[in-house]
Amino acid sequence: MAEIRVERLNKAFQDFVAVQDSNFVVDDRSFFVMLGPSGCGKTTTLRMIAGLELPTDGRILLDGEDVTFKRAAERDIAFVFQLFALYPHMNVAHNIGFPLKCEGVARAEIRRRVEETARLLRIEALLDRKVSKLSGGDRQRVALGRAIIRRPKAFMMDEPLGALDAEFRRLMCEELRDLHDDIGATTVYVTHDQLEAMSMADQIAVMNHGVVEQIGAPQEIYDRPATMFVADFIGSPPMNLLPFEGLLRRGERSVDYFGARIDVPEIGEDRGIGGLTLGVRPESVALSDSAPIRGRVFAVEYLGTNQIVTIDIDRAKVKARLSSRMSARVGEHVGVAFQAPKLVVFNSTTGRATRSALYEDGDRG
Amino acid sequence: MAEIVLQHVAKRFGDVEAVKDLSLTVVESEFLVILGPSGAGKTTMLRLVAGLERPDRGSVFIGGRDVTRAAPAARDVAFVFQQYSLYPHLSVYDNLAFPLRSPAHRVPEGEIRKRVTAIAEKLRIEKKLQNRATRLSGGEMQRVAIGRALLRQPQVYLMDEPLSSLDAKLRADLRVELKRLQMELGATVLYVTHDQVEAMTMATRIGVLNEGELLQLGSPRDVYEQPNSIYVAARLGSPQINLLPAELVPALAMPNGASTVGVRTEHLLISTPGDGHLPARVHRVEHLGDQTHVHLEFRGRNLVTLASPHRSFVHDEQVGLRLIEPLYFDVAGKRIETTAA
Repeated sequence: MAEIRVERLNKAFQDFVAVQDSNFVVDDRSFFVMLGPSGCGKTTTLRMIAGLELPTDGRILLDGEDVTFKRAAERDIAFVFQLFALYPHMNVAHNIGFPLKCEGVARAEIRRRVEETARLLRIEALLDRKVSKLSGGDRQRVALGRAIIRRPKAFMMDEPLGALDAEFRRLMCEELRDLHDDIGATTVYVTHDQLEAMSMADQIAVMNHGVVEQIGAPQEIYDRPATMFVADFIGSPPMNLLPFEGLLRRGERSVDYFGARIDVPEIGEDRGIGGLTLGVRPESVALSDSAPIRGRVFAVEYLGTNQIVTIDIDRAKVKARLSSRMSARVGEHVGVAFQAPKLVVFNSTTGRATRSALYEDGDRG
Repeated sequence: MAEIVLQHVAKRFGDVEAVKDLSLTVVESEFLVILGPSGAGKTTMLRLVAGLERPDRGSVFIGGRDVTRAAPAARDVAFVFQQYSLYPHLSVYDNLAFPLRSPAHRVPEGEIRKRVTAIAEKLRIEKKLQNRATRLSGGEMQRVAIGRALLRQPQVYLMDEPLSSLDAKLRADLRVELKRLQMELGATVLYVTHDQVEAMTMATRIGVLNEGELLQLGSPRDVYEQPNSIYVAARLGSPQINLLPAELVPALAMPNGASTVGVRTEHLLISTPGDGHLPARVHRVEHLGDQTHVHLEFRGRNLVTLASPHRSFVHDEQVGLRLIEPLYFDVAGKRIETTAA
């Protein structure tokens, strides 16, 4: 197994900068997810780690060894594309054993490792079946089996579950993560789906326009987004972003949002008057008659476990995640309160979160 | 707007009974969502209402008129397909205006401009009005297709998974917009989807369809809280309801004939081991940000429950589980009603 170290990695395609000064470490045995919209450079980064693409600048170290200019075949990395690509005319055992056959491994050894892999994926009973006769889930398992049988140093996965419908994807996410826990292989996984990233990753790198915006554990990124982009990309619904004009003074514990005093975590920097944005997660919003911000219920979305209530507060629409027992009717006038310790104040010009007690707590923890 | 009535409608394709003796009333100004997996008969049902298929048996009424034998054009319905169908040579504006310019309507151009602009703003495509339809992203094309249907003001709207090709964020936005437009227009909408979130968030009533049969019909809250079968219980809710064989939880006071116990994730509470709580082991913890899903092992079964994002767990930690408001199902999978506490 392996640690992957990416240092000042750059990739340009003519004028287009696909990846800009990326630095990160994927710990040995960890599940590392690169998350971002299409075109953010996540797949290009993955392909450079795998050796399918050469960087314009920077280094890639695999277990301390510089592999930047080594060929893909010399890196002992398995690349998993959309998992569905199987050989339809072969049975399950042959599909799984194919990579070993290509390497010229002895037949008895192939048989042994195919059986071991099938056991891990709980598809022992299917080994003699034609893959065309399998259910979607079993096909995914076979494709996974083919990827893991070589036991490479690391796995690179590029949106492997992209083609599946939502519910089935959730199921496969769980299986993938369980499998990872069983075999402990370092995995770099690329997706644009934040839920997939949150549910599987040990560490997430959020990318945008070729730049890594933030790296951290899922909950860390959710609670303490470094930028407005991250705040908006993570969460469903995402963080409410409410722009206003104001100034910041170190040590203060509130901001003035259009005349309403909003308590926030203790501010850690000074800044003159300028554009700010208040960031509020939907579950940090509550309805309260005594709250200074007033609005009207714009939409109610019942989800069973809870409900999303959208409140029009004139300057913005605020989404609140509330208990489904709570009554909220479209058109109703309500007060909107925010849970102070969870609020983020962003600098609207740079898009970065300003310093506050919320982030200092994070550094200590 | 008008109501839609289906009476004992059946349709068979070769060996497959796509729709079996289906009776259903879509009330005027109602947003009725038919929820089912692929192959459940959803699209066939919609096509029977639109007149794109003829039923083998039964009748279809729109606005009190028997349209079972009427041609599609004579039914005054607007159909939004899963795959947008626009006129590629026309601009977005002309695509939207098209139904208003048909000889049957003859709306003055000034009025057309007003209505097209208004709907384009609602669907956030107002800046694209002069673009050729082919120069749009998939999401924009689908919004134009929805806009064109809304502009027609037919008696009823039929929609076949119109949001399924859009990305998650846009889908979430359009769910809210579509529901608001429907309420503003007082439109009668029959909408089919396999996405339970769409059904839960938009529907006045949900009809759960499987293998051509309507299993349950009711408000989202009713269907979620009072499912009539295991199938319906498992169809709604994310994560899925936990289902346990009754013999694994002998301590519960169960109604006679109960063979399966269903517990929604929010009704499975983690507490301290002992105290008569069910003993379980923490298998995996998923931090999703707003909430944490805790995967547990209980007597060889996997269960999922919700926990606060800031509660920490240790792998293999032993916990106790408390069940509140469990649902009971008989051997056939039918729910056994219990008197509510």
